[in-house]
Amino acid sequence: MSFLTIAFAALFYAATILLVVGLVRRIMLYWKTPAPLKIPTTPAPVTQGGVVLRMFREVVFFESLFKSTKWTWLFGWLFHVALFAVLFRHLRYFTDIEWVMNVVAFVSPLFKYLAFAMIIGLLGLWVRRLFVDRVRYISAPSDHLMLLLLLLIGVSGAMTTFVTHTDVVAVKQFFRALMYFNFSEMPNLPTDPFMVVHLLLVALLMIIFPVSKLLHVPGVFFSPTRNQVDNPREQRHIADWARKLEQ
Amino acid sequence: MAKADFEIPQLNEYPEVPPVVPGTMAHSKPFIAKPEFQEPLNFPGELPDDWHDQAIDAMGDLLGKYRSLQVYLDSCVKCGACTDKCHYYLGTNDPKNMPVGRQDLLRKVYRRYFTFAGKYFPKLVGAEDLTREVLDDWYSYFHQCSQCRRCSVFCPYGIDTAEISMAAREIMDRIGVGQKYCNEIIGKVFRIGNNLGLPEMALADTLEGLEEDVEEETGVAVKYPLDVKGADILLVTPSADFFAEPHVDGLIGYGKVFHEAGVSWTLSSKASEAANFGMFIGSYENMRRVSMRIREAALELGVKRIIFGECGHAWRVAYSFLNTLAGPFDFLDPKYPVPQHILEFTWNEIQKGTLKIDKSGNDDMVVTFHDSCNVARASRMGDEPGGQFKIPRNVIKAVCDNFVDMAPETIHEKTFCCGGGGGLLTDDLMELRVKGAKPRMEALRNVIQEHGVTNMAAICAICKSQFTKVLPYYGMDMEMIVSVHQLVSNAIVLTGQTSEDDDESADDAA
Ligand code: HEM
Ligand code: HEM
Ligand code: SF4
Ligand code: SF4
Repeated sequence: MSFLTIAFAALFYAATILLVVGLVRRIMLYWKTPAPLKIPTTPAPVTQGGVVLRMFREVVFFESLFKSTKWTWLFGWLFHVALFAVLFRHLRYFTDIEWVMNVVAFVSPLFKYLAFAMIIGLLGLWVRRLFVDRVRYISAPSDHLMLLLLLLIGVSGAMTTFVTHTDVVAVKQFFRALMYFNFSEMPNLPTDPFMVVHLLLVALLMIIFPVSKLLHVPGVFFSPTRNQVDNPREQRHIADWARKLEQ
Repeated sequence: MAKADFEIPQLNEYPEVPPVVPGTMAHSKPFIAKPEFQEPLNFPGELPDDWHDQAIDAMGDLLGKYRSLQVYLDSCVKCGACTDKCHYYLGTNDPKNMPVGRQDLLRKVYRRYFTFAGKYFPKLVGAEDLTREVLDDWYSYFHQCSQCRRCSVFCPYGIDTAEISMAAREIMDRIGVGQKYCNEIIGKVFRIGNNLGLPEMALADTLEGLEEDVEEETGVAVKYPLDVKGADILLVTPSADFFAEPHVDGLIGYGKVFHEAGVSWTLSSKASEAANFGMFIGSYENMRRVSMRIREAALELGVKRIIFGECGHAWRVAYSFLNTLAGPFDFLDPKYPVPQHILEFTWNEIQKGTLKIDKSGNDDMVVTFHDSCNVARASRMGDEPGGQFKIPRNVIKAVCDNFVDMAPETIHEKTFCCGGGGGLLTDDLMELRVKGAKPRMEALRNVIQEHGVTNMAAICAICKSQFTKVLPYYGMDMEMIVSVHQLVSNAIVLTGQTSEDDDESADDAA
């Protein structure tokens, strides 16, 4: 095995552990932290089913963002939808399950080009961040770098797909060998520089995920203003620490 | 126009998003609470030597108690959607009044002490040490947030800056940096029973005076009872209703509605205040203590129902929190929600047809309605989501022929704050209050010019007081603000009423 292959194997194990442990710990923290008061932003659903629907509209359509700023919504939504389409296409590097492969193969001719939608979305968001004075004011270096990181991942990925035509079979074998700890059958990673950069940056993304604003992904589901049922008069809501005050 | 030693914003025909001008409101801060106002709330009197460590400890404590705080401090992606949604930013141009700018004042410290990135790469993620300057900024800008939650409507994660402001104020209180206005008032509630410090005797006198006025005007002996044991309904209303204009005309209206509905009701001298400033300072303990008075009063008087008068934040605490803070209310009549809003009661009576209405009592007005933030975005009326918008409008339309809404992006859940909510209704913040009122004033002026609106109705004691004060700065008449139940009062024809001269009462009220 080449040095590159060994280094990447180690890197991806480390990145995966950091991502999973980091995210699980954060989610546990959100889960365990009580919401002592009913604070849904009203008008809010009065049933649990209504809350699920509200959350669905937020997560899938970015409903609140749509109400706020059409441009941010447009680029933001474009970026996210394209991102998920791209990631879906990536399933083929990790699984052999037949129907998944079939679905991926079916959508691939179209989804392939969504890399460009993702890049356009990211560029639009960045332009906004750079040129709208209010958004520039609230941006820390990390906010710019996050966009840069995703752009570089997107561009390097697109280069491998559309220009250098990396040996994806080797990539797949490498990752499946990693997943099943099957080192004897691990092939060498392609040395296509775009692929190397792609994988390096993806590992970086995984590592920073649980310590960055990407925590908006679990965060959105835990937001009390969005996930609470509007029924305080009907049902008494009380946190454990608050109950102690009653004794 | 009222005189001011600051520039009064110009009202535009169309709302516009102003450019960022850092620091325009850095000088604005309310008076600090003296030790005597801190201690009744169990807060230290002044800044201790180790305030820095205590503040960080307090932050850690709150992070463990409030999921909102923990999740919101982590989740913001700086998308900027909220940046042009706060009336204080729109009125002052100060970027620290953009909701996310305000949050970041706390978030940068949170990141520095509680997150990996902030501990090891502070510059990269904009994390900062807690210094005296940062604390001063906190004091200034967390007292430039009326906790109106408009930002939370537009944020893709529902990040509610009010939650952040409340936490920040609690942290500051715990290190002896309290705000005089709120903390002095909470002390008064503990000592005397209401925000204004009206003792029982004065209250009884006032109510007696009201009874005389109403009887003189209508010939009907409408009662305004105090501390009547065994009454069915306990009415809890903001103390401004007892004498301030136009609030008191609303109280007269509640009494008339109860009278016509034929129910027995009472006010309580112990719970002679609906307001609960414990919410503004983010203190669960104090909010709970203030709320418990209502439970105790209900138990002592043996009532069956609790109804709240017109007040915004009070209705939030009542509707959303009372059951949590002072419940369960299983000793009350289970047929009725606990608590109810006076508008729910009145609308119900109107639908039942118990009230005789003569709309001509309000013919001299073209009315618009100001949705109060806490009613609009933090509570509900009736059974359906959005009842808090429909019921007040239904009641107004039932008693008044001329109703016009303001622009859609300034009403319902998108309503603009009056500029004086969240514990900012104090003279030491006059500049902020005037500037923060700008978006509402703009929308109001537009309906005045386009539809000849003469009056704006409100259902919040703070809104009413704030508008009365700031309208003149914008060249408008302070008397154009009316209570919704004042409109009801103008139109209601009491059984056996002698004088038909409702116009007169309208003039008095205006
Ligand atoms: C449940 C899934 C997710 C939801 C509901 C969600 C939602 C959002 C929303 C509403 C925004 C603000 C608007 C915008 O700027 O686009 C946003 C921003 C962002 N999201 Fe997500 N997101 C999700 C997953 C992800 C994932 C998996 C990533 C990256 C790997 C990501 C990266 C970002 C970034 C970098 C921004 C900031 C964009 C900027 O700088 O303007 N999101 N997300
Ligand atoms: C371990 C994780 C990943 C692996 C092994 C991987 C691997 C690859 C490979 C082999 C390609 C080339 C496909 C081809 O030539 O047809 C590719 C393309 C691409 N990758 Fe990744 N990638 C990973 C994660 C990501 C992530 C997290 C993103 C986005 C944030 C991303 C975005 C892209 C894009 C936009 C393309 C080009 C469009 C496409 O082929 O669908 N990749 N990736
Ligand atoms: S809660 Fe209201 S006042 Fe506070 S930041 Fe949000 S919009 Fe501004
Ligand atoms: S809208 Fe929400 S996520 Fe976007 S900048 Fe404001 S607080 Fe942050």
